[in-house]
Amino acid sequence: MTAAVEQAGRAARTRGMARFADSERLLWPALLAPAIIYIVLLVGFPFLLSIFYSLSSATVATSDIHFVGLENFTRIIHSDTFWRSLWNTIVLTVVSQIFVLVFAGILATALIKDFRGKWLVRLLILLPWVAPISLGSIGWLWIFDSIYSIINWTAQAIGLFGEDFWPIWLGQPNLAMAAIIVVQIWRILPLATVIVLAGLSSIPQDIHDAADVDGAGFWRHQFEITLPLVMPITLVAVLFGIIFTFTDMIVVFVLTRGGPYDTTQVIASWAYFTGIQGGDLAGGAAISLFLFPVLVAVAILFLIAARRSEVT
Amino acid sequence: MATVEARQLVKAFEEVRAVDGIDLVAREGEFLVLLGPSGCGKTTLMRMIAGLEQPTEGDIVIDGRAVTDLPPRVRNVAMVFQSYALYPHLTVERNISFPLRAVGMPKEEIRKKVDWAADMFGIRRFLNRKPRQLSGGERQRVALARAVVREPAVFLLDEPLSNLDAKLRNSARDELKSFQRNLGTTTIYVTHDQAEAMGLGDRIAVLNHGRVAQIGTPQDIYLRPSDTFVATFIGSPPMNLIEDGDTWFGFRPEALVPVAQVPEGAVRMPLRVKRVEYLGAEQLIYGTVEGRGGDAAAIARIPANLDIGVGAGEVCDFALNRDDVQRFDRKSGRRLVEATS
Repeated sequence: MTAAVEQAGRAARTRGMARFADSERLLWPALLAPAIIYIVLLVGFPFLLSIFYSLSSATVATSDIHFVGLENFTRIIHSDTFWRSLWNTIVLTVVSQIFVLVFAGILATALIKDFRGKWLVRLLILLPWVAPISLGSIGWLWIFDSIYSIINWTAQAIGLFGEDFWPIWLGQPNLAMAAIIVVQIWRILPLATVIVLAGLSSIPQDIHDAADVDGAGFWRHQFEITLPLVMPITLVAVLFGIIFTFTDMIVVFVLTRGGPYDTTQVIASWAYFTGIQGGDLAGGAAISLFLFPVLVAVAILFLIAARRSEVT
Repeated sequence: MATVEARQLVKAFEEVRAVDGIDLVAREGEFLVLLGPSGCGKTTLMRMIAGLEQPTEGDIVIDGRAVTDLPPRVRNVAMVFQSYALYPHLTVERNISFPLRAVGMPKEEIRKKVDWAADMFGIRRFLNRKPRQLSGGERQRVALARAVVREPAVFLLDEPLSNLDAKLRNSARDELKSFQRNLGTTTIYVTHDQAEAMGLGDRIAVLNHGRVAQIGTPQDIYLRPSDTFVATFIGSPPMNLIEDGDTWFGFRPEALVPVAQVPEGAVRMPLRVKRVEYLGAEQLIYGTVEGRGGDAAAIARIPANLDIGVGAGEVCDFALNRDDVQRFDRKSGRRLVEATS
């Protein structure tokens, strides 16, 4: 009697599982739930929290928080450092992405060809991407060091720099900005190259052959055939590059801490210095929120552009 | 118009010789078909003529000029690819005008040429569309228009009909032939479809293992195959080959007819019928030739309204004309010229 009941119970349970797996109404929320919970907890909650902080008087020193309206934002807008950081962020992003695009195009065009040791070159190009940014940046910190800079020593040894020419890479505002741009290019280039490479290899060989037979020379081939066909996927690479560069604070933090005198400060690093190191949580939150509308606009713009130039 | 010549052409991919010493001439204005099973080197041969593939040995000569080391764009050839290879991001008009823009032709002239080519293929109303908005047949016409527009010395067509459905393929074949006749441009056409080859070609070059097995008119190829490969590759069903001492005894299925249909002095071929296949207009009789020993399988093709009056397992008296008999050497497979039984 009990055995029969147990068996019936077991059968019902298996039936229950089967019914669950077969039911689209139950299954899809269950399968989507982990992703949604993840996004809500790790993206949504901090985002809402920073909106809340930016409208409050929160600091690390006190738990007494009250609503202050847009006061934090007006304070930031009237700060010279904000405009300096915003300008730096834009310059850094635009300049580095232009270089990344050109270099990624050249590298991908070279890497699509077959040659001995291609896998090794591909691996080496990908390395900066898999290495942690902070480690890479520390490496660059030594390269740009004021005394041991390998660039200066090498350049002097081969006679490129004169006896008393010794640039302090991270100590002079323009050089420091250039150094940061170089590191950002180095960091973003691998991903962009791989994406453009994928775009290039998705073009059927027949199309290239047809262009050759149809009489296209190298430049016409590049600009009228190859470039338009990799454009949609290249826009995705640029979108990633812009977002990674725009929101990155590690490179600036490791190389210059925003110095000298905030001349290399970017929005993300300034938000960190204000909010975490300076203890002004409300101010830091408000600064970081300035990134948000810009990035949303950029993302929408690029997705529209990518769809427009989609061809097949 | 031009002649195209391949001289001792070899293309080796590592160990494999895809093209293994081909000598071939396409005459002026000729429609030459390269026919062969897949992997016979026909596409490689065509790509070498286009300049898309560099030969390992030998020369390509177009209109008396060796072009072996020249890039595709200066060879003045136009190619239609199996996939059509239309530029997906360009409109039909920009696709067709691409070769003209590449040579820097003035805009006014380009307009005229594009209109001329578009009219010829009836695609004028599609000029502003993108390739993805066209059907397969329309795309094929755009590809042809793009090839025709700059009036090249040679057309190279790589299975341009294989992506069309059967009905469209027949009408497209017909059109293709008449365009080629009107333009009079030397054309080399690659296919593995023998019906296409027979219907289109002024001459057919049958390729096998990177070599030319036979080159000749469709009649030559069909009636006087140079070896057993050509004999069995061409024709559907293929030529019957029956062992006869040191030779193969070969005849086409339609040559085998009931004995009452042939005059005196014919070769008797009693056939033990295995199966009769009814195909509408005709019927195929599968069987084995009696008194030949071994497995002397043969197929007869006779009109469907001709009742042979025998079923499976019975023997029916068939015969064939002496003129229809071919003999091939058992060892080399080559046809023996004195073909009498």
